[in-house]
Amino acid sequence: MNSTQPESKTIRKQIKLPLSVALRISLQNIKIRFLRSMITAAGIFLGIAFFVSVRATSLMTPATNPGDTAAIEAANRQTWLVVMSLLMCTVGITNSMLMAVTERYKEIGTMKCLGALDSFVVKLFFIESSFLGFFASVFGFLGGFLLVFLLNLIRQGGEVFSVIHWGAVFALFGISVSIGVALTVVATILPAIRAAKMPAAAALRVEV
Amino acid sequence: MNATEYVVRVRDVVKEYEMGKLTVRALAGVNLDIIRGEYLSIMGPSGSGKSTLFNMIGGLDKPTSGSVFIDDVDMAQLDAQELAYLRCHRIGYIFQTFNLIPVMTALENITLPMIFAGVTADEARERGVELLTLVGLGGRVQHKPTELSGGQQQRVAIARSLANNPSIILADEPTGNLDLKTGKEIIELLKRLQTERNVTIISATHDLKMLDISDRIVWIRDGRIERLERREDLDLQVGEVEGVSG
Repeated sequence: MNSTQPESKTIRKQIKLPLSVALRISLQNIKIRFLRSMITAAGIFLGIAFFVSVRATSLMTPATNPGDTAAIEAANRQTWLVVMSLLMCTVGITNSMLMAVTERYKEIGTMKCLGALDSFVVKLFFIESSFLGFFASVFGFLGGFLLVFLLNLIRQGGEVFSVIHWGAVFALFGISVSIGVALTVVATILPAIRAAKMPAAAALRVEV
Repeated sequence: MNATEYVVRVRDVVKEYEMGKLTVRALAGVNLDIIRGEYLSIMGPSGSGKSTLFNMIGGLDKPTSGSVFIDDVDMAQLDAQELAYLRCHRIGYIFQTFNLIPVMTALENITLPMIFAGVTADEARERGVELLTLVGLGGRVQHKPTELSGGQQQRVAIARSLANNPSIILADEPTGNLDLKTGKEIIELLKRLQTERNVTIISATHDLKMLDISDRIVWIRDGRIERLERREDLDLQVGEVEGVSG
């Protein structure tokens, strides 16, 4: 006890959460609530799969004639649908992450009692959602692309291989994963702020 | 060094809550000095201000007026980072509902505050195992909270509260969710830690078993300290004790 005496009047500010620990906690959080996490991820998965299927279809069919107004209009309508579906899945993720915050009030409060800063809590939520966003987008890409590819393979036969530009497919992969992760992160802003504002005293609450 | 050294000093603490248009006064001017190394129980009926006082001492809530000092540091003067530092290093918390982080093993739960404090992973692990052994759970290092009984979970929580050698341990109804026998074991463990490690233990409780091992008991009623008793004087008033907490 004597050893604590000299420093007893100084309050320092060194509190840290190493990234490796944050990653482990976030991954465990996903694992332990696997079904819930998968449902959250399903929103992004479906949104990205739809986006990819629309884009991949245009990659596998011959270019539209610039004068064909009906085709251009159809393409515009599809873009509108894709944007709407992505927005919908963003709202869905915000909703389920908000529920996750409410569900974990005690855990968040406890972490703060142990010395966690608001920023740690924010970090954990963003890591968790980025993970979900990333994997859901990768699988969303695979799902959407393979579906369209198989349909075209049946319709066009081997010809589809000559139409596909693999560089464009790869670019589409990059774009869809970026969109997926970006949307998940945006969707987590509000829940993460809500979690960060959770008072440490929430840990003591007994009622559900 | 003074004969009696105070680890917590509560000075004229008033706490008011706004409830709609109504102002509720949870604490109406409380003064309290807590001696280093003592076992202090805070008793009082629901709505007495007991929890509010407890939260003030733990730095979980700020007073409307007055000050709370821990190790001579006025908590109202601290910013968020300093308060986190204080919670991490100086205060250990024990909860009624144990509050272990469900995704982490017993050992990870104990080492988390050490990692916040910047202790290396190896040292944290070593100290964590040591603490688990101290509370009698040396063989449960890799168990998840769901694989432990209530009493065992509370033991892990007690070990966690000791992680960074805090000056005080705040225990909020530590036996509230445990059966009689397990509750008694937890109380004995807390008492042993207090005497062996010279930790100050402050406990909010309804549990009469707790009175028996407390050095002093603070009775809160209507936001004020009704009386402050030493254990030696207690046996004279057992009838009243039962009346108040019942």
